[in-house]
Amino acid sequence: MGVLLEVKNLVTRFYTQEGTVYAVNGVSYELQEGETLGVVGESGSGKSVHALSMMGLIPQPPGKIESGEVIFQGRDLLKLSREQMRLVRGAEVAMIFQDPMTSLNPVLTIGTQLTEGLKLHMGMTQTQANRRAIELLEMVGISDASRRLRDYPHQFSGGMRQRVMIAIGLSCNPKLLIADEPTTALDVTIQAQILELVRQLRDELGMAMIWITHDLGVVAGVADTIQVMYAGRVVERGPINAVMKDPRNAYTLGLLNSLPRMDEKGRGERLHQIVGSPPDMRVKPVGDPFWPRNPYHTEKCKQETPELEQVADSVPGHMSAAWYDLKKDRESQQLQGEG
Amino acid sequence: MGNVTATPQTIALPTDSAGREMLVSVRGLKKHFPITSGIVFQRQVGAVKAVDGVDFDVYKGETLGLVGESGCGKSTTGRAVLQLYRPTAGSVVFEGNELTTMNNAGLRAARRRMQIIFQDPFASLNPRMTVGNIVNEPLVVHNIMNKKQRKEYVAQLLERVGLNPYYINRYPHEFSGGQRQRVGIARALALNPSFIVADEPISALDVSIQAQVVNLLEDLQEELGLTYLFIAHDLSMVRHICDRVAVMYLGKIVEIGPTDRVYDNPLHPYTQSLLSAVPVPDPEVEENRRRIILSGDVPSPANPPSGCNFRTRCPVAFDLCSDEPSPPLIEIEPGHFAACHRVT
Repeated sequence: MGVLLEVKNLVTRFYTQEGTVYAVNGVSYELQEGETLGVVGESGSGKSVHALSMMGLIPQPPGKIESGEVIFQGRDLLKLSREQMRLVRGAEVAMIFQDPMTSLNPVLTIGTQLTEGLKLHMGMTQTQANRRAIELLEMVGISDASRRLRDYPHQFSGGMRQRVMIAIGLSCNPKLLIADEPTTALDVTIQAQILELVRQLRDELGMAMIWITHDLGVVAGVADTIQVMYAGRVVERGPINAVMKDPRNAYTLGLLNSLPRMDEKGRGERLHQIVGSPPDMRVKPVGDPFWPRNPYHTEKCKQETPELEQVADSVPGHMSAAWYDLKKDRESQQLQGEG
Repeated sequence: MGNVTATPQTIALPTDSAGREMLVSVRGLKKHFPITSGIVFQRQVGAVKAVDGVDFDVYKGETLGLVGESGCGKSTTGRAVLQLYRPTAGSVVFEGNELTTMNNAGLRAARRRMQIIFQDPFASLNPRMTVGNIVNEPLVVHNIMNKKQRKEYVAQLLERVGLNPYYINRYPHEFSGGQRQRVGIARALALNPSFIVADEPISALDVSIQAQVVNLLEDLQEELGLTYLFIAHDLSMVRHICDRVAVMYLGKIVEIGPTDRVYDNPLHPYTQSLLSAVPVPDPEVEENRRRIILSGDVPSPANPPSGCNFRTRCPVAFDLCSDEPSPPLIEIEPGHFAACHRVT
């Protein structure tokens, strides 16, 4: 398996009337072929903006990609012309978004929207494209597909619309599917249907995925690798089991601890809360952006921004950006608690 | 809060067979929204049966969770209990008084004792009022305290919900979502209510802020002896905060019981599949879980299936489910009820 995508030091800012928004502040990572990466973070963490930047979907102005490279199969996507980029999007890299109602055109039939990409990218005729569209709808579990091609988005339910979006995303056999909160607007039973479908299609088609979400539960069920973002930076990254069982960044730990679990008794126990609120992204970050909310912060956290580095005593690939040693700090805290 | 002057009422509440005090008693509650046709001469051609015959009690001091998917009628139930929607049929007894037949003046008095916290902290606060005025408004409406006392009391309330009283003259847009939700909580507390309907109070908030608001709600409950009807679709949070939980599907309660019993031993096939669909933030657990994936979508509440209304998606439906009318809630173990022909 080779490297499919390499992101190097991506920086995106928005120059607005209220000041500069430091949305993405140096994101670097590699994605292997067939790998599923879960990108987790709260609103404003830069998780969506980083993906939109890679795909050239940031409105410019006010947005601007200040620096960085996005190497996809040997080409830097950020250096492509608009026309070249148009041929990448939808064909080699596809994206599905959170709200299937606003990302489908309400005045075009599902059939028109499904066959558009097939004709543009695969050079199919309308008849060939229609035939493929029916196959795709059947693949994502929409019955009576040939009739439903003539239907409009409002004639579908939320879960069905998201299935259509997935069918459109997969129509040109992409190597990489970027899913930006695709199940957030759906009910849990429908979310379970979509997750099951995506897992099955991914294994069948062998594509890589970047799954952007705020829901750690969803990531646990779908991703191989997890990447936690805070204030436009990656603060922790690694194999899903290592990060979720043994988090080494205080933000990851705080997030995991603040979640109640459905499979555990909870009434009467206080939830661990992360104090304070997320940082104002209009202020240029200094030091570790999480330090004011971090009970384990050191003096160094206030001044210098930590880089993502391999955690010495964990599995290879488990990286954290922290000046403190979370494991040691927590152990000594426990000892103090007992003594 | 020291000088709360909203009169503390001591009302003898009715009790159930086990001797628990029933603060709210809901029986046969229905709310149907008419579907009309025609422009000038509108005639009713159908009804959306948002809530279609719901029975439950809320005991004093507890948190009852109301869960279900969107469109199941959980929010409508909460609003119909408070008479924000006048129910189509049924009875709601609150602190011993029947609300459904009460006139507007009577309701206004009763509303001092029952309040609501809304889901969207952006839409539920008037953007043209300062947070001080927002929290003050219920006191003015009910003519409680003089101006000076009110000002002091509002500052106390803001402090109690974790906001700096220094911000009393600021407007909602100057606050984050979590802080706005605290303003909404302060407004609900202003009249010293005994019962609060919390309608998805945390679903619009970021994960790290949700825990803060939930902890605040729990602290206030302990301190002020509040009773909550907690409406939510986040089943993990419901397990954490609720003493009992009621599961709704298509306008009806399909299962109700003590939270741990419902989660550890779900009886109704809908509850079983709903719980199996909730993701758990643990990769090992996720890998080994057995999920019951329901097929299809929730039917339209304007035209629910005959018989048991879950039968169209139910993995264990049999002929009785379509032939018989919808099954009643039956007590399977102490306090744990389910409405299913398969569960007896």
